[in-house]
Amino acid sequence: MLQRSAAAAERPFERFRRVASGKAGMLLALALVLLAIIVTAALKGVPATQLLSLFVRGVLLGGMLALGAVGVTLVYAVLKMANFAHGDTMTLGAYLGLVVVTLLPKGAPIAPFSFGYEFIVALLVVIPAVGLIAFGLDQLAFRPLRARRSQSVMFAMAALGLAFGIRSLVYIFWGADFTFFYTGRARPAVELFAGVRVRPDQLFILGLAVALIAGVYLLLERTKIGKAMRATADNSDLARISGIDTKRVILWTWLIGGGLAGAGGMLYGLDVQLRPEMGWWLLLPLFASVILGSLGNAYGALAGAFVIGIVWQMSGAFINPVYSQGIAFLVMIVVLLVRPEGLFGGRR
Amino acid sequence: MPLLRVDGAVAGYGEMQVLRGVDLSVEEGEIVSIVGPNGAGKSTVMKLIFGLLKPWEGSVTFAGRDVSGMAPERLVRLGLSYVPQVDNVFPNLSVEENLDMGGYIRSGSLAEQKERVYELFPRLAERRKQRAGKMSGGERQMVAMGRALMLDPRLLLLDEPSAGLAPLLVDMIFDKIIEVNGTGVAVLMVEQNAKKSLALAHRGYVLATGQNQVDGPGRDLLENPEVARLYLGG
Repeated sequence: MLQRSAAAAERPFERFRRVASGKAGMLLALALVLLAIIVTAALKGVPATQLLSLFVRGVLLGGMLALGAVGVTLVYAVLKMANFAHGDTMTLGAYLGLVVVTLLPKGAPIAPFSFGYEFIVALLVVIPAVGLIAFGLDQLAFRPLRARRSQSVMFAMAALGLAFGIRSLVYIFWGADFTFFYTGRARPAVELFAGVRVRPDQLFILGLAVALIAGVYLLLERTKIGKAMRATADNSDLARISGIDTKRVILWTWLIGGGLAGAGGMLYGLDVQLRPEMGWWLLLPLFASVILGSLGNAYGALAGAFVIGIVWQMSGAFINPVYSQGIAFLVMIVVLLVRPEGLFGGRR
Repeated sequence: MPLLRVDGAVAGYGEMQVLRGVDLSVEEGEIVSIVGPNGAGKSTVMKLIFGLLKPWEGSVTFAGRDVSGMAPERLVRLGLSYVPQVDNVFPNLSVEENLDMGGYIRSGSLAEQKERVYELFPRLAERRKQRAGKMSGGERQMVAMGRALMLDPRLLLLDEPSAGLAPLLVDMIFDKIIEVNGTGVAVLMVEQNAKKSLALAHRGYVLATGQNQVDGPGRDLLENPEVARLYLGG
């Protein structure tokens, strides 16, 4: 009774918020955002083909962001800390991949891609290596803080310190210039459909991103350690009480988060270029994706990454691409105003 | 030799002392209930036994071993299971996954253990795919107890199993406790609901101001005027 009278008295904004914050309302809102972008672009005379190309690029970017965002959100879920070093973990993956590619004797490109077998080998090396490095850095930087039950600002500072540290190492060893896995190799684009052109590499990138994410899904849903990770994320005290080995869960969290970040960094480097700041600049979109999809929710992070990627790319159709990232943040802020728990809040 | 023994335990949180000398024991196969007014330190005793707190003085012995302050993840391997009062399920995991987590340290199939839990709580069998967070308070308590039973514990620790439940459900949960005990599991619980829990317990302890003041067979305690006095805070 009390609730009903409160509902009757709610102000227009509250009412809008209640209606819009449902799941259906949220999906509708995101569809409206997409529509608004398309209409704005059309009014500005952007050809449909270009818009479609940007959409495809957005999906691609979303896939790479997702590889990073899943790690950020898993680490948050299990360890309750914001890992600001995650972007630079991606950078580290890209440059370690470069080392492997450079060390191996060059093979011919695997048609139709621009890379040879070395890139595949590098991926196979980098994924476990960056996972282990991420775990090692955790033991070095974050475990002592956990043991002392430090405040979250300490974790944030330690993570930022790691981020700067990793970036400085990259500067020292590789310099500040951008570089490529295969300098000077042609990367022709092919027509995908309706005049949308992509490079075969980009299809590989999206395919691999989807496969890795599917692998993580299976791991979280089907395996014992995956269930233990979800249980620890859900209720870490009860996980301990049940005899779940928290150290093992932490190890796997970093192996998965770090491994995916390493792969994401390599793929981003393959698609664009390798720069020491590449991961740092991805950090904010990563967190936007994670927050949009509800902190700590792996599936939310995926959805968030694709939303941010698509909005980011498509809004570039009508404003200077320098600002288009801002539009992605605007979408995040609006979603949070309406639904503070994020898209997937309150459910997994 | 008792299964569990707490000797002269003094403990607390940080600077704050809560327990001022608690002695108690649980024999194999017994139901023992700790009752007492709010703030007497009932939940603290549970945390102490389950290694979530280290005793400042005194000791906890389980199955002949000194386990004072031993980590929970090691205690479960010795046959001790604990159901906390609140947050005692994994809300985003299904009923079945909650039970899986209860048996996490076991290798091999958990089918047999799960079947036994489902037999005890048929309601859970119907809802095995449902997320625990979406269930009612009574059902959640069943999930929590089921999770704790997955390792065939020798001693089950229950912290306020009836808290926040409707009277009908309280009776149901207490019936289940007797049923669990019937399979040979010793039970140590702390309860606000002194009447009902002492009525079913073999023995009881009355805890007040951090010390156990009176003990004896459950039904005797119910008629003891001293117990009534302690409850009134005299």
